[in-house]
Amino acid sequence: MEVRITNVRKEFERFPALHDVSLDIKSGELIALLGPSGSGKTTLLRLIAGLEQPTKGAIFFGEEDASHKSIQERNVGFVFQHYALFRHMTVADNIGFGLKVRHGAARPSAKEIRRRASELLDLVQLSGLEKRYPAQLSGGQRQRVALARAMAIEPRVLLLDEPFGALDAQVRRELRRWLRDIHDATGHTTVFVTHDQEEALELADRVVVMSQGRIEQVGSADEIYDTPNSPFVYSFIGESSSVPVKVEDGEVWIADRPIGLSAPHVPNGEAVLFFRPHDIELLDSCNGCIAGTVAASRRLSGTRRVELEIGGERQRVEIELPVDHPAAQKSRVAFRPGRWKLFPVA
Amino acid sequence: MADPEIKSYEPYHESLSAAVTESRPVRAALMIVAFAFLGVFLLLPLIVVFNEAFAKGIGTYTEALASPDTRSAIRLTLLVAAISVPLNIVFGISAAWAIAKFEFTGKAFLTTLIDLPFSVSPVISGLVYVLLFGAQGLLGAWLKAHGIVILFAVPGIVLATIFVTFPFVARELIPLMQEQGNGDEEAALSLGANGSQTFWYVTLPNVKWGLLYGVLLCNARAMGEFGAVSVVSGHIRGLTNTMPLHVEILYNEYNAVAAFAVASLLAGLALVTLVLKTLLEMRYGAEIAAVRGH
Repeated sequence: MEVRITNVRKEFERFPALHDVSLDIKSGELIALLGPSGSGKTTLLRLIAGLEQPTKGAIFFGEEDASHKSIQERNVGFVFQHYALFRHMTVADNIGFGLKVRHGAARPSAKEIRRRASELLDLVQLSGLEKRYPAQLSGGQRQRVALARAMAIEPRVLLLDEPFGALDAQVRRELRRWLRDIHDATGHTTVFVTHDQEEALELADRVVVMSQGRIEQVGSADEIYDTPNSPFVYSFIGESSSVPVKVEDGEVWIADRPIGLSAPHVPNGEAVLFFRPHDIELLDSCNGCIAGTVAASRRLSGTRRVELEIGGERQRVEIELPVDHPAAQKSRVAFRPGRWKLFPVA
Repeated sequence: MADPEIKSYEPYHESLSAAVTESRPVRAALMIVAFAFLGVFLLLPLIVVFNEAFAKGIGTYTEALASPDTRSAIRLTLLVAAISVPLNIVFGISAAWAIAKFEFTGKAFLTTLIDLPFSVSPVISGLVYVLLFGAQGLLGAWLKAHGIVILFAVPGIVLATIFVTFPFVARELIPLMQEQGNGDEEAALSLGANGSQTFWYVTLPNVKWGLLYGVLLCNARAMGEFGAVSVVSGHIRGLTNTMPLHVEILYNEYNAVAAFAVASLLAGLALVTLVLKTLLEMRYGAEIAAVRGH
């Protein structure tokens, strides 16, 4: 099911949580809403579900305007951050709940509900745990039951709120791959919320980066990482270094020196230069480069992170070097960023 | 690491570490104080009640209970409990739901108001009804004109009992529901359940043990309430006397055996309540703990 969000605004007691958000979710897509806490990602997910109503704007399921439909009418599968499994019901009853509460002809027989429940348990690889209670399951198992329960109602869209947030790192990685497999097998249109960029980039077909109630950028993992379109995305996704610079006639300057980068289409004035700390070219002689004295050097697992003091204003910038690179021993290092981007200061 | 000598110092219970466990004499002293206190103030009176009740043999005991006035008092007490406890369940669940599950103006006020019967002397709460419904009261004239009798009759007793007991169910449910939050209800709705299905299949089972506790306590108080009921009842024998009031009347008439016989029923009720509560905890302890989320 295709989901279209058009110019949605959401206010909580007049405090805006989302400003004018628009997003097209394609049918069968696995999409991640990624952002720091307070970015509005969970609010957007709850709006799609119908757990919240938009203050302005509309949400379409296919061609149908679902903005004012109740959550029951929308027929979405929602997996809650803390699973919200029914404590007093067995695993099988939890999964069958959505079928049991149907009315009249839509309600399958008890036997059929049991059959569906164990079929779904097979799918989430928990066969044989029908009679357990949620309290008797591990965190990862509960997460799987929650997903099976959401899928039991044959939802039009599957929505997951921080699906792996409460699990430890090891289980989280396993479940990530497993969720991708499930998605590929069932083909549900799936939206999940996460603050973990690694999770979003690895798992999703497309990533929606959000900040302060707005969508910053939508794109594949490659697009988001390689061509960030805002300072926020550049610094939020992956490692980044930034330096304030000046642009004059298409040349980039730090303090009183040009650094050998040309930006012909950038207007004159103040700007910030972003680059990845590992994506640099070290230079011996500095004829148009960024040069600085080594202020600090830290060993990371496979590399060495060097902090350079550049210019006269105690401006610091971080670069990454191979562990045994001779430059790390020197007191002065010169380099030029490989891939970089300028954002004018407004 | 697996040195047996070190292991022997491990506490039996994980919440009791060696550092906070008292020495043997201190522990013994604390336990003696607690048990002596309970013995003197709870167990001893209980023994006295039953002792006095059976002082003149079982024949006199059953005779005392069989007297028409006593039977009428028992019936009235049961009636009052049968009306006030269900009303308190409805009120308690509504109030707890409102306070725990959504925001509204006046929430803090409602929360405070629920505690009022605990902080006000029962005699005062009875007196309020006299001032409201009495012949010289605010609504007295109007009630009289319409031939409605509240004071010194069953309705007054029921009202006073409801007032005194209404915190019990609500107070038990509010913290429980607040702790559980809205997550389970949202999950049920997302799975297609309507409001009443969500209530019966999800909300109620989640709070059923707390509710049962509240009902037990509420019932015990409803049957045992003296002060508020005493003010509004009028003490008409065979008509508006509940069991606690009847005990007092019999005692004041130096009819000790009958007084203690009725008292023994009330004491018996308290014991049954305690036993039920303990049985519930033993039988469903794990489930209660799970539902409470501890």
